[in-house]
Amino acid sequence: MNDASAIRPDTAFLAAVEARGGTGVSRCYQCRKCSNGCPLCFAMDLMPNQVMRAVQLGLEEEVLSSKTIWVCSACQTCTTRCPNDIDIAHLMDALRQFSRRQGLAPAEPGVLKFHEAFLDSIRRHGRVFELAMIARYKLAARDLLGDAGLAWEMLKRGKLKFLPRDVRGKDEIRRMCDKPGAR
Amino acid sequence: MVEVSYYPGCSLHGMAAEYDESLRAVCASLGVGLAELPDWNCCGASSAHFLDDELAVQLSARNMLIAEGEGRDLLIPCAACFQRLKHADKALRAQPGRWTTADYSGRTPIYHVNEFFRRPELLKLLRRQVARPLAGLAGVPYYGCLSQRPPKVTDAPRPENPTAMDDLMRAIGMEVRVWTSKTDCCGGSLAVARSDLVRKLSGDLFEAAAEAGAECIVTDCPMCQANLDTRQAQIEAQQQRHYGLPVFYVTELMALALGDGRAGRWWKKHFVDPRPLLERKGLS
Repeated sequence: MNDASAIRPDTAFLAAVEARGGTGVSRCYQCRKCSNGCPLCFAMDLMPNQVMRAVQLGLEEEVLSSKTIWVCSACQTCTTRCPNDIDIAHLMDALRQFSRRQGLAPAEPGVLKFHEAFLDSIRRHGRVFELAMIARYKLAARDLLGDAGLAWEMLKRGKLKFLPRDVRGKDEIRRMCDKPGAR
Repeated sequence: MVEVSYYPGCSLHGMAAEYDESLRAVCASLGVGLAELPDWNCCGASSAHFLDDELAVQLSARNMLIAEGEGRDLLIPCAACFQRLKHADKALRAQPGRWTTADYSGRTPIYHVNEFFRRPELLKLLRRQVARPLAGLAGVPYYGCLSQRPPKVTDAPRPENPTAMDDLMRAIGMEVRVWTSKTDCCGGSLAVARSDLVRKLSGDLFEAAAEAGAECIVTDCPMCQANLDTRQAQIEAQQQRHYGLPVFYVTELMALALGDGRAGRWWKKHFVDPRPLLERKGLS
């Protein structure tokens, strides 16, 4: 077992996270209100309050390789209830973006692939073209059969459109998506 | 006649077409003119802020700048779009120079569906124009996350216990059942990559709605509607339990109560067919 004293607190990661939008993390005093209200705790490996502590201690690898940052649904319950006014849900955004910038393999690759497919659709059309977006995700995640029945039922009900409706200002949107350092 | 700018968002042009059509029907009945925001783009939804904070603000800010040019109040039926555009509005007001070279006064009021129709003058009009009260139809109002949270962004007056949709349901004669899951999460965008998580969260909602004695769930969020409606059969099979709870957009029921003849067209889009319930209540 690891000796607890082997953790040497390192505030560099905390400073970097706070500078990147995860503000106020140092105020966390472990009341655990975030974890108590989190609807996705059951699927997390680190509880939200543990993420807070780990960031304070500089345990960068543990945090960035966690499932937690990818199964957070951004429901904003933690942010709404935090007595220290810490935007915890936004901290999760900042951590996902750290993980991605460092090119780490996400603990939930499918979740990342879905969001990439979604942004790709915005980049192409300026709006989300659902049918192609889902197809692109399915190809990237190699998950062609999952929910195939559901897709068929949606097509039957006319819920999926066959043609995109592109934005006229598509070039402007593409420039936003392709700005240097965005990916 | 009031005229407002209308930001439908991608869902209402796609999977949630019946939300768009029923909202237009309600507005036509109540004398609210909808001017679709010219050349609106996707708000970025959860994907943009998951992966790129800057892009998230830029995408939604473009829409807010267009809305400001139009000079009317802005109505946004999708809860996710509403929250993202409110967020961009606040970012633009805090640091206009960071996001745009144009002037931004930040004087566009942004409304989500329920708070919009709950305004006293519209609520009064709605009550007066009900042609067919939905008497005896018991439902639970389901708000979900993003029209409410975080309140610093949404300006929701009661984020833990919103009541605007309750008021609309009562105005059209429905019976509002009390439950504590009004603002619980259905799993949102995890539906595609981790549908197992959505099945768990949405399953808990069905259980709570059934316990409250609801015959249907009423919502104002396209993501919630899709998760609860399209996955209900899967969840029933998994849990060996029958719920049979139609999931309505609040505007579909408002249009029905206002006597709109088109209401029947929307039921065919639902996975959980609402027609047997409506027939039982003499509302088909």
